[in-house]
Amino acid sequence: MTSTEAVTLSVNGQQHSITVEPRTLLADALRGQLGSKGTHIGCEHGVCGACTVLVDGHPVRSCLTFAVQAEGSEIETVESLGEPDGGLNSLQRGFQRHHGLQCGFCTPGILMSLTQLFREDPSPDEERIRDQIQGHICRCTGYQQMVEAAVEESETNAKEGR
Amino acid sequence: MIGERRVRREDVRLLRGEGTYVDDIDLPGAVYLAGVRSTEPHATILGIDTTAAKAVPGVLGVYTAADIEPINRLWRQQLTHSSLKMAVQRTLPVDKVRFVGELVAVVVAETRYLAEDAAELVDIDYEPLPGAGNYHRALELDVPIHEGIDDNVASHFSQSTGDVGWALSSAPHVLRETFTINRGGGHSMEGRAVAARWDTSLDQYTVFDATQGPHQARAHIAFALGVPDEKVRVIAPPDVGGGFGPKGGKYPEEILVTWLSKQLRRPVKFIEDRYEHFLTSYQEHQQEHHVEVGYDGDGKLLGLKDVFLHDTGAYAPSLIVPLIAGTTVPGCYKIPNIHIEFRAVFTNKVPCSAVRGAGRPQGVYVMERIMDRIAEELDLDPVEVRKRNLIQADEFPYAVGLTFRDGSPLTYDSGNYPGLLQLGLDLFDYDRQREIQRERRAAGVYRGIGVSIALEGVGIGPFEGATVRIEKTGRITAVMGAPPQGQGFETTYATIVADTIGVDPDLVDVVTGDTAAIAYGVGTFASRVMANAGPAMLQASIEVKDKLVQTASAMLEASAEDLEIAGTEIRVKGTEAGVPIADAARLSNVGSPGVNLPPGVVPGLTSTSYFNPSSAGYSASVHACAVEVDIDTGEIEIFDWVVGHDCGRIINPLLVEGQVIGGLAHGLSNAMYEEQMYGEDGTPLTTSYLDYPIPSARELPKLRLFHQETLSPLNPLGAKGAGEAGTLGVPALIATAVEDALRPLGVRINHLPLSPGLLGDLIAGAAERGAAERGAA
Ligand code: FES
Ligand code: FES
Repeated sequence: MTSTEAVTLSVNGQQHSITVEPRTLLADALRGQLGSKGTHIGCEHGVCGACTVLVDGHPVRSCLTFAVQAEGSEIETVESLGEPDGGLNSLQRGFQRHHGLQCGFCTPGILMSLTQLFREDPSPDEERIRDQIQGHICRCTGYQQMVEAAVEESETNAKEGR
Repeated sequence: MIGERRVRREDVRLLRGEGTYVDDIDLPGAVYLAGVRSTEPHATILGIDTTAAKAVPGVLGVYTAADIEPINRLWRQQLTHSSLKMAVQRTLPVDKVRFVGELVAVVVAETRYLAEDAAELVDIDYEPLPGAGNYHRALELDVPIHEGIDDNVASHFSQSTGDVGWALSSAPHVLRETFTINRGGGHSMEGRAVAARWDTSLDQYTVFDATQGPHQARAHIAFALGVPDEKVRVIAPPDVGGGFGPKGGKYPEEILVTWLSKQLRRPVKFIEDRYEHFLTSYQEHQQEHHVEVGYDGDGKLLGLKDVFLHDTGAYAPSLIVPLIAGTTVPGCYKIPNIHIEFRAVFTNKVPCSAVRGAGRPQGVYVMERIMDRIAEELDLDPVEVRKRNLIQADEFPYAVGLTFRDGSPLTYDSGNYPGLLQLGLDLFDYDRQREIQRERRAAGVYRGIGVSIALEGVGIGPFEGATVRIEKTGRITAVMGAPPQGQGFETTYATIVADTIGVDPDLVDVVTGDTAAIAYGVGTFASRVMANAGPAMLQASIEVKDKLVQTASAMLEASAEDLEIAGTEIRVKGTEAGVPIADAARLSNVGSPGVNLPPGVVPGLTSTSYFNPSSAGYSASVHACAVEVDIDTGEIEIFDWVVGHDCGRIINPLLVEGQVIGGLAHGLSNAMYEEQMYGEDGTPLTTSYLDYPIPSARELPKLRLFHQETLSPLNPLGAKGAGEAGTLGVPALIATAVEDALRPLGVRINHLPLSPGLLGDLIAGAAERGAAERGAA
């Protein structure tokens, strides 16, 4: 049960070689060994979406993924978001402006899902936005204010021709 | 500044993934605790074999009741009540288990994976006893769940005003109904979490606890360990991933993690997983209300009698849920004669304690259902019946005649319910909505309209405290005992302090939830913090400002009245003469050789103030929405939802809106989605989000929100409370709207939550009744 494997994971552009058990979840490896404590674990059974990270650009439940499965993949976590100067990016600022988060526990996962959506479609409509985040549970906010933030981001993108 | 929409300072770290929740706190050398939990609802423990678990490499220890004997004291109930029978509860049960999930032993290991592996190897020999998964069965169970409480009744309590027997016998109309409602758990996205470290040289414990009440947790842990409170420092970290009530409870893991940190000389962590949250974090369970109400031909209420059963689970940490439910029933209506009575019954389920709303959604649901039934009987508009019974704006303070859960008279402090209702109806465009309903009905669509009004007893004492200190750097530290779980205390309380002293809020640092930072505190629950900590913060700020002015007046040799705060300086009005606030603080807090403070000027730019309100205040909310029901699938679609609320003085509308919408989502979940199910014997049947849905952004409709601000006379801020206001009226609203939609079919909604399955059954049942009646005619 406790045999170990060496894996190399690329997290936010940085290569890390770590030793894990075959059963080690990606979420646990990220949090425990790779310093990505912004990735949260809310249910450990694939429903709440708190643990969502991007693996090769796709939103993935890191609580349902073994670390060994991510070998050779590019992993992006909430820590990668932001402007190059260290400030919040426009989606993050929108979340702050609209009060799109309260306890913040669900927020990193939701930001990663929305990041993927905006890459795929810079100006999605509200329906599409609600669809994208329906795989996340937020117990605090009732979603409305975060949806407003995402809609505003979409409108800004459309206006600026992105 | 107070009343301004200010974005939260907390957000920056949270949006970067830099929040620090308990599991993120770095404790070098930490080991992990995993629970071994009862698999039986009710059973005698015959023996526990820990040999195999102890043999797992990496396991530091396995602990059962026998191993923790010196600290396995009888627990005190969290909140006592004259009617509540004391039930035996210890950190670990000695001879029997009373619910599935009850902690029986713990394993500590080098990693969480290993601890959980070993926990599976602990072998417990049970002799099963008959169990009860609901109050009806518990009342008939031959085996008492607690020795000495043979009928399994934890409390039988009643209170009245007027003469309800006379009122019901003399009323022109009397209605009798039974309503049941099942409420679920808290389901904060972060589960319970506690980590502790023992300091060898000080013989002191530092406990990081995702709790809603760090001072209560300190008392709980120190009592069990038999040490003075000062030996236990509890810190609820600034980032806690939601609370919603269950994190205000006392739990065995808090004691064990702390105690073991000393036994093992290693920091110990316990992080609840979702399965454990389903099994072990407190929930609200079910109530069954038997209501009799007398009214006249105009629909005016004459008397109300509500006798209900309440499921308190295997232990009764308090009675607040049934006490609040009962006192919420009368709501914003004038009822001259009232009798409220309940029996809280032990069952073999996780203990019951408050979940956002704490009994109020149940009370509102009961009363609002009654208003609809009266309207139906008298063929009146349901809103009209409500209006005829509302307490008017000039009738405050309004004494209901009952006693609230805090022991104070149930007397409403202030409000304007007709005004709030009218604002809501106007925004909703009630008359137009009724027209749309008629048009849709004519087209064969089952459309209904719901309106509900809810009152919330908020801001109960006994107290909260605050310390405000001007530091020698010129920054201001504001300390409060109550911790946030996402409400934005750092932003809100900085606003109160900055507004009062007259500085930029960015100069104010807010410290929350640390027992070492302020001596006493009660905690964050019951929408109580703003009405307690707000006034305390205000008073402490006033006092500190006064000290600052006195100190500066001595330094500047100017009279206090001539001084003003400008930026980071305190100046003589209309001149250039001034001193930096930092210099005044340095003189007052640290001292400066050769400079003396004149007699009468008290050194130390710090002040601590505690505020204890004389009683609870009462917030109000109104909801209106339209629904359409698909009678083939039982699906409910919601339209045009309007919510208005009045929580007294609003410090930050942006954040209050967040509280209302978030609360409303919780209420909608209670109305339509979440239902914690148990087998007859108490076996839990819903233990993952696959069986227990919580609505997503897809299920939450868009809302329109408005505020009314009726200040509370009970505190100098005029604040009430907003944490639960959104939740309360929603189960009632959905029941009302769906029953209205299905009125052509004669469907009656007497149970919540209204799952598609239940609604399908009700529709089918009504159709059968309809067919039978047509056949008979
Ligand atoms: S923690 Fe992965 S989906 Fe909930
Ligand atoms: S902000 Fe708390 S769960 Fe979403």
